[in-house]
Amino acid sequence: MDNVNPLIDVRDVWMSFAGKDPGQPVHVLEHVSFDVRAGEFVCIVGPSGCGKSTMLNILGGFLKETRGTVRVEGAPVAGPDPGRIFVFQENGVFPWLTVEENIGFGLLQRPHAERAERVQHYLQLVGLSGFGRSYPRELSGGMRQRVEIARALAAEARVLYMDEPFGALDFLTRLKMRSDLVRIWQAEHKTVLFVTHDIEEAVQLADRVLVMSRRPATVQAEVVIDLPRPRDLDSPGYLERRDRIFSLMGMDAHGGGELR
Amino acid sequence: MNRPASLFRATGKQRREILLPLLVGMLLLTGWHAAVRMSGSDIFPTPLEVLHGLVELAQRGLLLKYIVASLFRVSWGFSLAVVIGVPLGLVLGWFRPAFAALNPFIQILRPISPIAWIPVAILWFGVKDTAPIFLIFLASVFPIAVSSMSAVQNMQQVYLRAAQNFGLRGLPLFRRVILPAALPQIITGIRIALGVAWLVVVAAEMIAVNSGLGYLIIDARNAGKRYDLVVAGMVMIGFIGLILDLLVRRLEKFDEVRWGYGQR
Ligand SMILES: Nc1ncnc2c1ncn2[C@@H]1O[C@H](COP(=O)(O)OP(=O)(O)O)[C@@H](O)[C@H]1O
Ligand SMILES: [Mg+2]
Repeated sequence: MDNVNPLIDVRDVWMSFAGKDPGQPVHVLEHVSFDVRAGEFVCIVGPSGCGKSTMLNILGGFLKETRGTVRVEGAPVAGPDPGRIFVFQENGVFPWLTVEENIGFGLLQRPHAERAERVQHYLQLVGLSGFGRSYPRELSGGMRQRVEIARALAAEARVLYMDEPFGALDFLTRLKMRSDLVRIWQAEHKTVLFVTHDIEEAVQLADRVLVMSRRPATVQAEVVIDLPRPRDLDSPGYLERRDRIFSLMGMDAHGGGELR
Repeated sequence: MNRPASLFRATGKQRREILLPLLVGMLLLTGWHAAVRMSGSDIFPTPLEVLHGLVELAQRGLLLKYIVASLFRVSWGFSLAVVIGVPLGLVLGWFRPAFAALNPFIQILRPISPIAWIPVAILWFGVKDTAPIFLIFLASVFPIAVSSMSAVQNMQQVYLRAAQNFGLRGLPLFRRVILPAALPQIITGIRIALGVAWLVVVAAEMIAVNSGLGYLIIDARNAGKRYDLVVAGMVMIGFIGLILDLLVRRLEKFDEVRWGYGQR
């Protein structure tokens, strides 16, 4: 676990997109550097539109950085990799497959019995036993996100890239999903890089929170959340770290300041 | 007390769905009958005369024969259009160079009415079954190809990325993700195309062949102004078109594609 070499190593990454006017590129990321150790749960927070998804998509192999080096598991990212699964904000569960078929999607090369067993295991782990034969359209948004997480875990992903996966869920579902995700992460020893614009969510989940600045974004601060889990959301330690991040982002915890 | 109440409501809904169209149908038929009587026309038939016409056609064995002839042509032309149009559309939607090369010509050919092709079809194929089959193919291949094409182009990127994330490429990517993601819209295209095909077979049969419901209409008019048979042919065309549409609609009910049609 405590590798000397980080599992994810991002060094001085720059990213620009071709803008609306030719010759006027949009600079999204500048000087972004951070690393993630194996088994760590790291959250990235930052104002919306700052480039969090862009960073995650570079790591996932869906975008190529303009400059810099991005190494995951010891090698430069060359493209999407079945060992590192992306969990999308807009939900990438395939609506034409049942829940079971979705969870088993990355396992088609396996023998049937093993596949069925893994599917059942993860179905249960994400709390969807009994919904295996359902279609995604018959599930709630939170249940669909669980399917996507189960699909990633079942495929033996070592790394999960999660881009605001709970962003579209209602408040109570979000709370439940957070505690379930922590439980699953602890059971499965995965490395999780989790993007959110919700500071409370980050402090509840992460070992470490990376705070990104406004665009062109860089990692402006890192806050270690060395609090035992499950976390007490009223404890002084929790509140202190939360408020530190709020003030780093130019706000106070009561919604003052000027985000966006 | 609850059950009778809800039962009553259920039958109320059923009653609306059956009785209302029935009522409107009766009104239309009565109006039609009255209009013919009042105009004193002895050429345009009353509904009852149309019914007699249908019975006469059935007794002479022509009704079934013509229906089968029309359906035969539609089956061929339409099946060819599906077999060629779906793969063509998928390829055009996926490979940008193919799209750039061929789309302009599709867009030029598409607005040419199948009716405008009739002289060409007769020139190429003569007055045989192949002419209407060609016309039906031509009319239905474009809606199918275009809807398959845009289905792929407008596919949600998240499905593609998820698939690539699991290492899918080439044919498996196509078979397991692109095709199923595009299927609902392809079926919609197929449904539209079948409607068009049915419109066109009737038009084509008026000119290019000597059997089928289209031929029946023209023949009944030319050979003795039998407007009761003309209208009988029209009625049959309408009902068969309805049945064809109901059949394709059943495709939309499959679990693999139902997600693509919103909450219905
Ligand atoms: N493909 C693209 N082309 C041009 N601009 C883009 C593209 N993707 C993202 N951007 C821009 O990059 C910025 C960062 O986007 P994103 O990474 O989605 O932000 P976040 O996830 O932090 O909300 C935004 O201003 C967005 O408009
Ligand atoms: Mg984003």
